[in-house]
Amino acid sequence: MTSLHSNTLFRWSTDDLLCWLLRGLAAIAGTIVMLIVTFLIMEALPVLHRIGLLRFFTDPSWHPAEGFYNLTPMLWGTLFAMAGSVLIATPIGILSAVFCHYYAPFFLARLYRRLIELLAGIPSVVYGFWGLVVLVPMIGEMHPPGPSLLAGILILTIMILPTIALMADASLAAVPQHYLRGATALGLPRWATIKGVVLPAAKSGLFTGVILETGRAIGETMAILMVCGNVVQTPSSLFDPIRTLTSNIALEMAYALGDHRAALFVSGLVLMTMIVALAIAAEWISRGRYD
Amino acid sequence: MIKTVSRLQNPREWLAFIFVWGTAGFVTATFCWLLGDILWHGLSHISWTFLTAPPENAGRRGGIGPILVSTALILGVCLAVSLPIGIGTAVLLAEFTSNQNLFGRMTRRSLDVLAGVPSIVFGLFGNVFFCKTLGLGFSILSGGLTLACMVLPILIRSTEEGFRAVPASYRLSAAALGLSHTTTLVHLLLPAAIPGLLVGLVLGVGRAIAETAALIFTSGYVDRMPESLLDSGRALSIHIFDLSMNVSGGDANAYASALVLVVLLLLINGTASWLATYGLHRKIVTV
Repeated sequence: MTSLHSNTLFRWSTDDLLCWLLRGLAAIAGTIVMLIVTFLIMEALPVLHRIGLLRFFTDPSWHPAEGFYNLTPMLWGTLFAMAGSVLIATPIGILSAVFCHYYAPFFLARLYRRLIELLAGIPSVVYGFWGLVVLVPMIGEMHPPGPSLLAGILILTIMILPTIALMADASLAAVPQHYLRGATALGLPRWATIKGVVLPAAKSGLFTGVILETGRAIGETMAILMVCGNVVQTPSSLFDPIRTLTSNIALEMAYALGDHRAALFVSGLVLMTMIVALAIAAEWISRGRYD
Repeated sequence: MIKTVSRLQNPREWLAFIFVWGTAGFVTATFCWLLGDILWHGLSHISWTFLTAPPENAGRRGGIGPILVSTALILGVCLAVSLPIGIGTAVLLAEFTSNQNLFGRMTRRSLDVLAGVPSIVFGLFGNVFFCKTLGLGFSILSGGLTLACMVLPILIRSTEEGFRAVPASYRLSAAALGLSHTTTLVHLLLPAAIPGLLVGLVLGVGRAIAETAALIFTSGYVDRMPESLLDSGRALSIHIFDLSMNVSGGDANAYASALVLVVLLLLINGTASWLATYGLHRKIVTV
């Protein structure tokens, strides 16, 4: 765009004022992350100091009352639930966007988009409640006990689907029209156009969508807490109950004191590390997107 | 929109056709099932008294009056803080800094990280920072401020996209006419960028209303009518969580509360899309 300083004919003092105001607001927005990390570290430091980081991965079990702080079962729970739901939701989300742009008649595409937008707004606690009263009993009939990794994956899939679908929708909309004209002029059929032209052109937006949904899957707390059974164990099958890092914090924060409380902040730090790793991955994948 | 060639010439095209329509049908069916289930079980419990009466017997009986008030207050605090910061930051990133600018890049990167921060971590942070360090205690103010931190990235990202979607010719014409950047922003770019802003607002409000994990340890569980912003207040989503997990026999009221929450979101979505299609169009034409 035309930058602020390119307009050399007039210098308006309101512009300077506005610019400084905006910088102030942006500075507030930019420092929140640092505040979060600082406070997490400050709260986690006592226990890290006393027992060290390594014991969070080598202790025999998670029994804070007896001084055992092994986070790995919860880590596996988080990773399995995330991987399963991202694997299912990504193709569905991208196909949804493709449906809106290239397959559905105009009115149906509009309706479908409204539906997805609505779903993006449905609270996790409603998904969790629905999972608890509908999905869990169904899985329980198939293979007891019911609250399980599978239930978590399915609920997470439904929850993160709107994220990837809306992102894919936006990035498909941003594909330049002349690409499509070119494909049509070459006589390419519809799916060939989508696969050969549209999806590669929309790649960086799609990747950003996947990163966003992965982050959402890692961070989801309530729905997972309600359908996964919350047993601290490394799952050996899809039907095993699991506890994730996030639900562990939500369950124990209410009564945790001292080292136990600090240990929960350590798991918060672990979650943050995963998110930062994701953000770096996103940066790496879509490098040059804003250039 | 350009029409792609729609002849189904070969098996691959057929397969793709069936797959795409099948996916859309499957998604629609799942969501109809979810919404239908909540509508079916929740509708019979909804009445004027349910919406206004205080909860009784841990929420098994009675209504959700005070809970609705708390929810609205939390959301109000959240928007009052996040809207100015969010729009300001988005304008700065999209219009007033070049892509090479260090400050802009740092801000964008830190927001990208913030967008992914799990809600429960916001809860931990809000508990330590707003409740303990700032001494606000378990209160609606703490909850609203925590949510404001949370919705900022969504708000900024969508608003910024909205600004970037405005054709460069708008800015060039404004510059050619000698308009100041402030005037250009207020009269030309802001109205043109409203679709992005509204999408951000809808997603932000959706995330704020939907939030449970960040509120448990910041705004608290108390289900009485809040008397000030420093009172603890139970949000609707926490009420649903509490009824379904901790209160046996609370399912009926949980269904009804879930229905209220979903209807609220429908209304918010509807308003936003109506604004985006009608209110906005008129404004741009008159400019």
